[in-house]
Amino acid sequence: MNDVVRSSASLRRRLTVVLIGGAAVLALVLYFGVRLYATQIAQQGQDNILKASVTTILDTAVIRDGTLEIDFPYAALAMLNTASDDRVFYAILQDGALVSGYDGLPQRDTAGSDAASWSAAYEGAEVRLTTAGRRLFTTDRETGITVTVAQTQDALSVTLAQISRNVALFGSGFFLLATALSFWATASTIGPLKRLTQSVTRRGPQDLSPVTKPVPAEMVPLVASLNSLMGRLEQSLTRSEDFIAEAAHRVRTPLATVRSHAETTLHRVDKEENRIALRAMIRAIDESSRAAGQLLDHAMTTFRADHLDRQEINLSELVADLVNRLEPVAEMKDIALVLDAQRRVDVSADPILVQNAIRNLIDNALKYSPAESDIKIIVAHTDHAFVSICDAGPGFPPDQMAGLVHRFARGKNAKGITGSGLGLTIAHDVAEAHNGSLHLSNRAGGGACVTLSL
Amino acid sequence: MRYLISLVLSFWAALASAQNWEARALFGDPDAAQVLKVISSTDIDLFSSVAESFVAGREGVSVDYYVAGTADLDRILRQSPEKFDVAISSAMDLQFKLANDGFARVLEGIDYPAWAEWRRSVFAFTSEPAAIVVNRAAFAESGAPQTRQALIRALRETPERFRGKVGTYDVRQSGLGYLFATQDARTSETFWRLAEVMGNLDARLYCCSGDMIEDVAAGRLLVAYNVLGSYAQAREDLSDQIEIILPIDFQTVMMRTALVSARGPNPIVARDFMEHLLTLRDTTPTSAPALPMLDLDKPASEQSTIQLEPALLTYLDRLKAQRFLQEWADAIIQ
Repeated sequence: MNDVVRSSASLRRRLTVVLIGGAAVLALVLYFGVRLYATQIAQQGQDNILKASVTTILDTAVIRDGTLEIDFPYAALAMLNTASDDRVFYAILQDGALVSGYDGLPQRDTAGSDAASWSAAYEGAEVRLTTAGRRLFTTDRETGITVTVAQTQDALSVTLAQISRNVALFGSGFFLLATALSFWATASTIGPLKRLTQSVTRRGPQDLSPVTKPVPAEMVPLVASLNSLMGRLEQSLTRSEDFIAEAAHRVRTPLATVRSHAETTLHRVDKEENRIALRAMIRAIDESSRAAGQLLDHAMTTFRADHLDRQEINLSELVADLVNRLEPVAEMKDIALVLDAQRRVDVSADPILVQNAIRNLIDNALKYSPAESDIKIIVAHTDHAFVSICDAGPGFPPDQMAGLVHRFARGKNAKGITGSGLGLTIAHDVAEAHNGSLHLSNRAGGGACVTLSL
Repeated sequence: MRYLISLVLSFWAALASAQNWEARALFGDPDAAQVLKVISSTDIDLFSSVAESFVAGREGVSVDYYVAGTADLDRILRQSPEKFDVAISSAMDLQFKLANDGFARVLEGIDYPAWAEWRRSVFAFTSEPAAIVVNRAAFAESGAPQTRQALIRALRETPERFRGKVGTYDVRQSGLGYLFATQDARTSETFWRLAEVMGNLDARLYCCSGDMIEDVAAGRLLVAYNVLGSYAQAREDLSDQIEIILPIDFQTVMMRTALVSARGPNPIVARDFMEHLLTLRDTTPTSAPALPMLDLDKPASEQSTIQLEPALLTYLDRLKAQRFLQEWADAIIQ
């Protein structure tokens, strides 16, 4: 049955992949986002210090006696000290011409008096520059002072590397945690589905009762549909079994009437050809009646299998009883029923079903046995209780053995012997209902053996 | 004989063409395969033990030691950085600027406290305070002044006695003198008052600590201000004539620094030399220079030395220097 169901992608895998993938994307976003943010903050920190330095220098600019004086304090450059000993460059320009400091330091026009910061290369190193300007007035003219302070970014990159490492650690931790959580979430989501599957799988083949255990809200529609499907299935099965039982019963009673009439008539007629016709008729009626009986047996087996009425019974006694009842039939065919039973073989089983099964098996054996032969019946208890019935008939056709337990299946060599093909099926169903088995084999010297284990 | 003369002549010619050195010495085998060129402001006799212990354990390595003033040293190295391997100077600001301007090689992997080095290129190894050196006889009665204030009072009380007999660095010539003066001025206004007083007494200006110490010992000077205390201490022979005072109001303490020229001819030997120099205090005391070595075990917060930091560039600024030198000249040259 399983190989018929086509499987698309696993729910569990899909859920896990989506959750882990989401966590990975989030971790990456977190990593790059925080790093970008940290870079901006760190850069802003450096820019602020550079700006403070520029402002401090610029504030000390004065024009005295027509010449520029900038007596900037020690702190103006001391504040640029970093843990990584970054190099420091500065330039003081008056009207675009270098007055003091480093020559060739990159310059940039500043809009108004706002300080501007940017990165550039100087002296073979990547530096961060901040520049600001100021206008000074003397009695006769106006002059523009620009101060630029630059610093390498070693400390900044150390800080950034540290932040990157920490954020990477944090991101990995987040990812691992999210992965663990997603496994847990997947397991807890799939759990009810698995439990439902198990509870449905564990049921007996005839158990079509609805699922009553609570299921998650999302699964309610599925389970409801399943329950309704099983309900309809059970209803239709019951109906058809009922129909067969009813039909068999209705047929058997008129058949019995017809048979008694035929027998009465047989006694009355003297013409040989008429007697032959009547005997054939009686045999056909017997056959039909037997078939109807088996159909009834089968229906009963199917019905009772769902509601086993287990009792403690002695299997030997039950079989002995059956043998006694069937002995007259056997004698008519000159067949001996040889019972070899242990004194007590106790089993817990439905006596009516077991009786049904064994009667059908002995019936089969009688049918196939030639005249003046023995049917051996063994009842014993080894590791489980079993009844074995062996005849001296033609045996089972070896290539068909497995299929003979199916309804209405008959052996190739059964031609000329009347039968419905239900006997083995009934025995098989009874064995199954008791968690036992039915084993078919052929005897070495010819003849068939059927073993019913309970 | 003629050969020898020509050799001497050529030597002098070579020397004169390049530079007039204050002194020069060669340590180790003159024909050694590798000659480490060291340019230094430290006197030969104070440093010979270092160079000797360095060449002692090394086959085929010699040290060519050139002595120049701190300002000259800076100028020479900037002009021809490819001619020298190691520069040792007491002018911390100039050394710092050399490194900041890219003249120093970065030496990775040398284990050294962060406060005693900058950018793994300038390494400090001594701790030398600026001292007041006085003639012992001149202050025999009154007792030597222990602070700058006391010195100012002493000079003002008997100006005739001290006229022409006080000396200090000519900060226009000496990088170290300039460093001491600017750091003093940064710390206290007393510096300018002292300069004013010394100027009134026709202060004599010197290029070097050694000369000042000699003159104080000989009585030609009674007071020398901002002399390298370590040099004075090293002159044990003069200890009867001179008294070294480390002023208790505040001290200016310089760290002698060494750096490897970024474009020097022998970078591997130079690094070797630096490692030797920086681990001297751990090895035998005899090979250490006759200078007070830096106490690396003391935490940075307890160090009273001038810090190796970008602020050292402040007084090297052209405008700042111009203004400072003008004020100094106005005070001391009258």
